[in-house]
Amino acid sequence: MAETASTGGDLHLQSLTKQFGSFVAVDDLSLTIPQGSFFALLGPSGCGKTTTLRMVAGLEEPTAGRILIGADDITDTKPYRRPVNTVFQNYALFPHLDIFENVAFGLRRRGSKNVKQQVDDVLELIELGHLARRKPTQLSGGQQQRVALARAIVNHPSVLLLDEPLGALDLKLRRQMQLELKRIQTEVGLTFVHVTHDQEEAMTMADTIAVMNNGRIEQLGDPASLYENPVTTFVANFLGQSNLVRARVTSRSGEHLTVDVQGTTFTMPRARCTSESDDIWMGVRPEKIQVNATAAGANTILGTVTDTSYIGVSTQYLVQLGFGQELTVVRQNDGAPILRPGQEVYLSWEPAHTFGLDARQDAKAGVEREEGELVPAGDAS
Amino acid sequence: MTATVHVPGGSMPAAPVEPRKRRASKVPYLLLLPGVAWLLVFFVAPMIFLASQSLQTGSIEQGYALTWHIGTYGDALSAFHSQLFRSFGYAATATVLGLLVGYPLAYTIAFKAGRWKNVLLVLVIAPFFTSFLIRTLAWQTILSSDGPVVGFFRATHLMDLLRSLHLVAGNDLLSTPFAVVMGLTYNFLPFMVLPLYASLERIDIRLLEAGGDLYARPFTAFRKVTWPLSLPGVVAGTLLTFIPAAGDYINSKLLGNTSTTMIGQVIDGQFLRVLDYPTAAALSFTLMLAILVIVAVYVRRAGTEELV
Ligand SMILES: Nc1ncnc2c1ncn2[C@@H]1O[C@H](COP(=O)(O)OP(=O)(O)OP(=O)(O)O)[C@@H](O)[C@H]1O
Ligand SMILES: [Mg+2]
Repeated sequence: MAETASTGGDLHLQSLTKQFGSFVAVDDLSLTIPQGSFFALLGPSGCGKTTTLRMVAGLEEPTAGRILIGADDITDTKPYRRPVNTVFQNYALFPHLDIFENVAFGLRRRGSKNVKQQVDDVLELIELGHLARRKPTQLSGGQQQRVALARAIVNHPSVLLLDEPLGALDLKLRRQMQLELKRIQTEVGLTFVHVTHDQEEAMTMADTIAVMNNGRIEQLGDPASLYENPVTTFVANFLGQSNLVRARVTSRSGEHLTVDVQGTTFTMPRARCTSESDDIWMGVRPEKIQVNATAAGANTILGTVTDTSYIGVSTQYLVQLGFGQELTVVRQNDGAPILRPGQEVYLSWEPAHTFGLDARQDAKAGVEREEGELVPAGDAS
Repeated sequence: MTATVHVPGGSMPAAPVEPRKRRASKVPYLLLLPGVAWLLVFFVAPMIFLASQSLQTGSIEQGYALTWHIGTYGDALSAFHSQLFRSFGYAATATVLGLLVGYPLAYTIAFKAGRWKNVLLVLVIAPFFTSFLIRTLAWQTILSSDGPVVGFFRATHLMDLLRSLHLVAGNDLLSTPFAVVMGLTYNFLPFMVLPLYASLERIDIRLLEAGGDLYARPFTAFRKVTWPLSLPGVVAGTLLTFIPAAGDYINSKLLGNTSTTMIGQVIDGQFLRVLDYPTAAALSFTLMLAILVIVAVYVRRAGTEELV
């Protein structure tokens, strides 16, 4: 089967759509994933991440749209002919085969030469060579995860799909595996499409992140630009935290935008406001806000501390503004005294750290609740 | 294998044993009691009785006495070995046919039936709602000379094929080895299908997707993933078919002729008509031992080659 040899090339999704009955799970999704990049699909539960991956793997038939690798249209190619391999959400290791045979499965199906050498090499890479003759059930979760990864990368696919492969691991092992995954990706140089709903995971690992919501891509970019320049309230809230305050644009002069918030004037770079309307959400990240005892400089507003939570490396405050809204402020614990509830403080931030979003959007979109549930996420899968 | 230390009752030997814990640890044994009693009364005792009977000599008029006459086994075997081998031959054929029919059926119910799953399962066991005897008698009608099945076989030259295989003698299906094997296959099919279904149904569909993702064509995925994972069901189903089929005497009696006699029929005759209890008991024992050996060899082979 020579058709599975890796041909290289970028992965293109063109207007990909998947409907289950009348429910649209993936909605007109278009993407280009450059060859050799580490790409993360990030989104809340049920937003269509798995469905997207399954369409790329050929396990789900798209309702509309095309999938291409390089110039090859693989939309109608059978899964066993696609140069794509998947690390499944639950690993899906073959319970009746030992680790060696699990990893060798793809090679044997393609009639590869020197299977033993290749399997040994990849087991070496994931540091599990000594467990080659164990059955999957005799391995720990982290080890199984590495086997699932080895079983996929040993085939040198053009694209490797990873569906929340770290979801079942505890936090510490997860951080460790993230580094390991990143190392392996750099080492083997394959295109990784990594699905996750953990934003920290996406930020630390990926070159490019696509934030997905309700079957659509909300925003695409490298981690820093997504974080610094969210273009929707969903992205602003889902990637980290944001303070969104309703503001009215009073003037647009040159590079700057002046807005009015209940009588206080703020400025922000015009380029950081994605809305042309006069009603906007003015956004600022909690760690960008300075806390001062006296009014100093531009973008300053008076507030009262209502809540203090000490997190060790930093302290998070809730500060209530004169008109009732509370802002979240995060301060490094660098020795400055901890503020007490009831204390009056002046909040200020650089105009450059302010961003503006269209006010017609829901300010609470993508806000994470205590248990990690998301407010407008659609159905859980 | 991982080494696990099992301590009965769950208390570690080094830990101080409280009296209360001790008493609690007897509960499992108490729960076993009815089962053990049942086995003793209905299995072990008859076994001993049967064994002793096979070693007795005498006649029905003067009564039988235990003389440890082992020769009965030799005599019985030399008289009836052909029926014994025939029984295993028929049972094995019926088992293979049952697997050929039952596997696709179980596979379809497990993977393709969707919401019809339960209906189909009920249909599989529906024959049990009537008695074994009645069902076998119905086959007499189905296979009768003027019935449609015989007509079909004659018209399509299948009859000639069966005749060349010595499965039928004349131009009829009834009272032939063919009819007996069909009867056995039919009657024990649910015992094949249900274990197969149970093991197929447990297979995680994502494993098959993983197989496809790793370049296995559908048939290869079946051969390398589905089939090995369903082997426990195959072993259970074939055993549940083969064992009762080997000892069956209804099918050969109602659907066969004098040259299709199976060992069960012989035992039945010796016990109830000839009243030669030692021979009947010796044959029963031989049949049981032979099945035990066959099953042991089979499970061993199946176990070492595929299941581990
Ligand atoms: N076979 C199906 N039939 C009907 N609806 C489906 C099917 N598969 C998925 N869906 C729906 O499509 C939506 C997207 O599902 P998907 O599995 O892609 O979510 P996800 O983003 O991977 O979520 P998670 O993070 O929880 O894995 C969900 O609302 C789900 O209920
Ligand atoms: Mg998913």
